[in-house]
Amino acid sequence: MKYVKEFRNPSLVKNMIKKIGSDVEREITIMEVCGTHTMSIFKSGIRDLIPSNIKLISGPGCPVCVTSQAYIDTAIELTKRDDVIITTFGDMLKVPGNNSSLQNEKALGRDIRMVYSPLDSLKIAKENPDREVIFLAVGFETTAPAIALSIKIASEENIKNYSILQSIKTMPETMKQLVLDEDIKIDGFLCPGHVSTVIGAKPYEFLANEFEVPAVIAGFESGDIAIGLYTLIEMIKNNTNEVKNVYSRFVKYEGSEKAISSIYEIFEESDAVWRGLGNISGTGLKLKQKYDSFNAETKLGINLLNDKPIKGCICGDILKGKKNPLQCKLFSKVCNPLNPIGACMVSEEGTCAAYYKYKNIG
Amino acid sequence: MCVAVPAEVIEIKENEALVNFGGVKKTVNINLVDDLKIGDYVLLHAGCAMQKVDKEEAEKTLEIFRLLSEND
Repeated sequence: MKYVKEFRNPSLVKNMIKKIGSDVEREITIMEVCGTHTMSIFKSGIRDLIPSNIKLISGPGCPVCVTSQAYIDTAIELTKRDDVIITTFGDMLKVPGNNSSLQNEKALGRDIRMVYSPLDSLKIAKENPDREVIFLAVGFETTAPAIALSIKIASEENIKNYSILQSIKTMPETMKQLVLDEDIKIDGFLCPGHVSTVIGAKPYEFLANEFEVPAVIAGFESGDIAIGLYTLIEMIKNNTNEVKNVYSRFVKYEGSEKAISSIYEIFEESDAVWRGLGNISGTGLKLKQKYDSFNAETKLGINLLNDKPIKGCICGDILKGKKNPLQCKLFSKVCNPLNPIGACMVSEEGTCAAYYKYKNIG
Repeated sequence: MCVAVPAEVIEIKENEALVNFGGVKKTVNINLVDDLKIGDYVLLHAGCAMQKVDKEEAEKTLEIFRLLSEND
């Protein structure tokens, strides 16, 4: 496939990997903040091929994983209403709530439909005018434009039975929280690639300027990751604090003006509750007052249930890069892809799922 | 949720395009991308084309890749 194969050229990647950290003696910790990067790093074997003093840790970049337990439990509760159809990305189905999961509820006959896009939910709403179609709006800046578009179309076409249960999150401020956490000590960030296609390079600059943590925006093929890590380690080595973009075929400095304006036409900044990280101010998006009629919570008069973390699950610490899945007592034996206990095992982009799949544990 | 593979645009109809990624064809919304043409490659997310590939920049990155991976 074009723009894929050439960035995976095995001999180039092999040579490149040999150079990563080859002249660094001290321990360097790099966090990748994108679930797709986590999977690519494992898949390509880069983690095992670079020197052991270069530590790669995974951050809170899997949208399903960072969704709060309260949100999942509320969504499950909503499925019990006969006047409601829940639409969701497939990843959300298996996330365990405290007593059930959307997948279990679907098996019990609740009307839960997997969609590829929030725009598909609009079609379902049009076909079912007597029922409220609620889209589980989770995701980062990458997903927000598509959700915003669905609200815009619903508003323009006067679709009155469509709403969203909102839990959209934004990245740069969250990365700041991780930098401020003294237990983690991040030397450099591999920025979230997909998010960056929307927001560009500019919003990460404060990390380099104010907190002296360099960052690189890289693509997802093995070559992209190798270039990204090499570039980042060179900066760390030379005490250069900048944001460099080696994914310029898709990421512009200013991002996508159209995508950004479509988000902020419908949404405004808010607080957000992250699994493991708690409530962080300025890291969420909520519907503007003008579009509040599409907010399932106000429309149906519901409040999110209380957060009840799952006993024994250390997803919170894993999402912050403080622990790895092998340090979790539940990992593999009790919690595995067939029976996920925590959200990080559920999603294809989750750190626990990546460890399970590529570390041959099972 | 994220698809990291660029898809080729093969048909354009108003605000939608038919795209092909690795043999899978799908109709996606193209409201978020300007001046899309048949033969362009786009990054998809949640049923929308998010950004089209900058062919010149792709070449530049490949060149850096080749240079950096040369044996010293």
